[in-house]
Amino acid sequence: VTVALHPVPAGRTLPRGLRAGQARDTLLGILGLLTVVVVWEVLPRLGVVDADYLPPFSEVAAALTDQLGTSVFWTALGQTLRGWAIGLGISMVAGIAAGMAIGSVRLLRELTASTIEFLRPIPSVALIPLVVLLYGSQPRSALVLVVYAAFWQVLVQVLYGVADVDPVIRDTARSYRFSRWARFRQVIWPTALPYVVTGFRLAAAVALILEITAELVIGVPGLGQRVGVAKSSAAVDTMYALVLVIGLIGVAVNILARSVERRVLRWHPSVRREQS
Amino acid sequence: MSLARHLLLQLVTALALPVVLVTAWWIASADSTDVFWPPLSDIVDAFADTWTWDRITGDVLPSLARLAIGYTIALVVGVLLGAAIGLSRDLRAFLEPTLEFFRAVPPPVLVPIIAVFAGYTGWTSKIITIALGCLWPILLNAVEGVRGLDEVLVDTARSYRLRRRTRFLHLILRGSSPQVAAGARQALSIGVIVMVISELFGANRGLGASIVQFQRSFAIPQMWTGIILLGLIGFALSLLFRIVEHYSLAWYRGLRQADRGA
Repeated sequence: VTVALHPVPAGRTLPRGLRAGQARDTLLGILGLLTVVVVWEVLPRLGVVDADYLPPFSEVAAALTDQLGTSVFWTALGQTLRGWAIGLGISMVAGIAAGMAIGSVRLLRELTASTIEFLRPIPSVALIPLVVLLYGSQPRSALVLVVYAAFWQVLVQVLYGVADVDPVIRDTARSYRFSRWARFRQVIWPTALPYVVTGFRLAAAVALILEITAELVIGVPGLGQRVGVAKSSAAVDTMYALVLVIGLIGVAVNILARSVERRVLRWHPSVRREQS
Repeated sequence: MSLARHLLLQLVTALALPVVLVTAWWIASADSTDVFWPPLSDIVDAFADTWTWDRITGDVLPSLARLAIGYTIALVVGVLLGAAIGLSRDLRAFLEPTLEFFRAVPPPVLVPIIAVFAGYTGWTSKIITIALGCLWPILLNAVEGVRGLDEVLVDTARSYRLRRRTRFLHLILRGSSPQVAAGARQALSIGVIVMVISELFGANRGLGASIVQFQRSFAIPQMWTGIILLGLIGFALSLLFRIVEHYSLAWYRGLRQADRGA
């Protein structure tokens, strides 16, 4: 199993030709985004798309500016981010702890394999009716869904990581009578770290999906719930503005996860190679 | 150790924990009077009465059919668009930030948007939601897969003047398939999520809709059977995916092994 590390954007040490290509790519990318905005503005204005269904970009931007001035929006944003962060944090800690414990004992690994393979693909949305009964629209409902979805992503990656330890290094550490802690700190943890980080990246994205889902479907307070409110009060432009914000949060989460990946794995050959 | 004993031992290790867990659930819930946690025996009893043939053909199969159609659309569109975008550096640079944005939008928020356009009662809007949710991971992975094609193979195909069709089938599609499979696996779990969520809006039938109706009418053991059924379906789909992947990527595993051996 290989770790899918995302290609790292070029550092400052690249040769000039490559850097020029990079600048060109960035420019093209910005041009692409501008094109989307222009098309979005023009289509409803020309009547190709009904403006009741898709208001022009400028109107959505105006609605977004309105939203930015309300406290309701900022509260909802805070609630969404908090729910996401707490859920992700719990899944990371629980996933790493369980993964390390299960991964380093062969008997445990074999005993739990079938159960993990069974529980992991169960869609966490299946739990929606249950959490609605138990917690209603409290933030705890969202938390259960987020943790259930994100935990398996982390756990499975950590298990891969622990299994990837080079047997020669492990045996060497044992021959030199490394203490249990030293073996963990010097051998297992550095090997598993790239996998942990991959688990973090996957879990961060899934956690956001489930947080928004819980808000939208169950009515847990947050941006997703505001989208539902905007939809049912026929404030279509506000709805698009909120979806835009949610999308930007998603982009920010991805960028954050990748920068964590690069920072934590600075020493790792796969990252060093791309930067030198 | 004989083969039979080895297999038996494997079977025992695989089944030990599940049996313990189910037994624990059975015993712990046996005298449960808590409305939300009915005894497991009640849930098992309710299973056959709840998921009758009528309900399977009226709710479960339509849900799965919508998932299959939406997923297939996403797969075809994702691979074709991904190949086109991956082959041109400029097009890739032009579209990449936009695609990254669309990928980052959590698929469930598509539901209200599509509801504005098409209402949310028929099959079409649900299939569109599923297809759009599944599209981005497949598309972005296909782009990466095509970008990562072996340069030597690409040049060889050009030198031999392989026909467009041959080049697409045997070079591009084949070469990017490991990456596409990774995207398709992500897309499948998103697809199941969207399948359920798409049924929670408006008056609806379907697997997700039935489970929520059980919950709203406080038919708790029935709700539990629905949760378990959904879990079994999720498990079965991922198993099916692994089997398909196992056979279609057999060449890739062989290649990797040969690389390592060399």
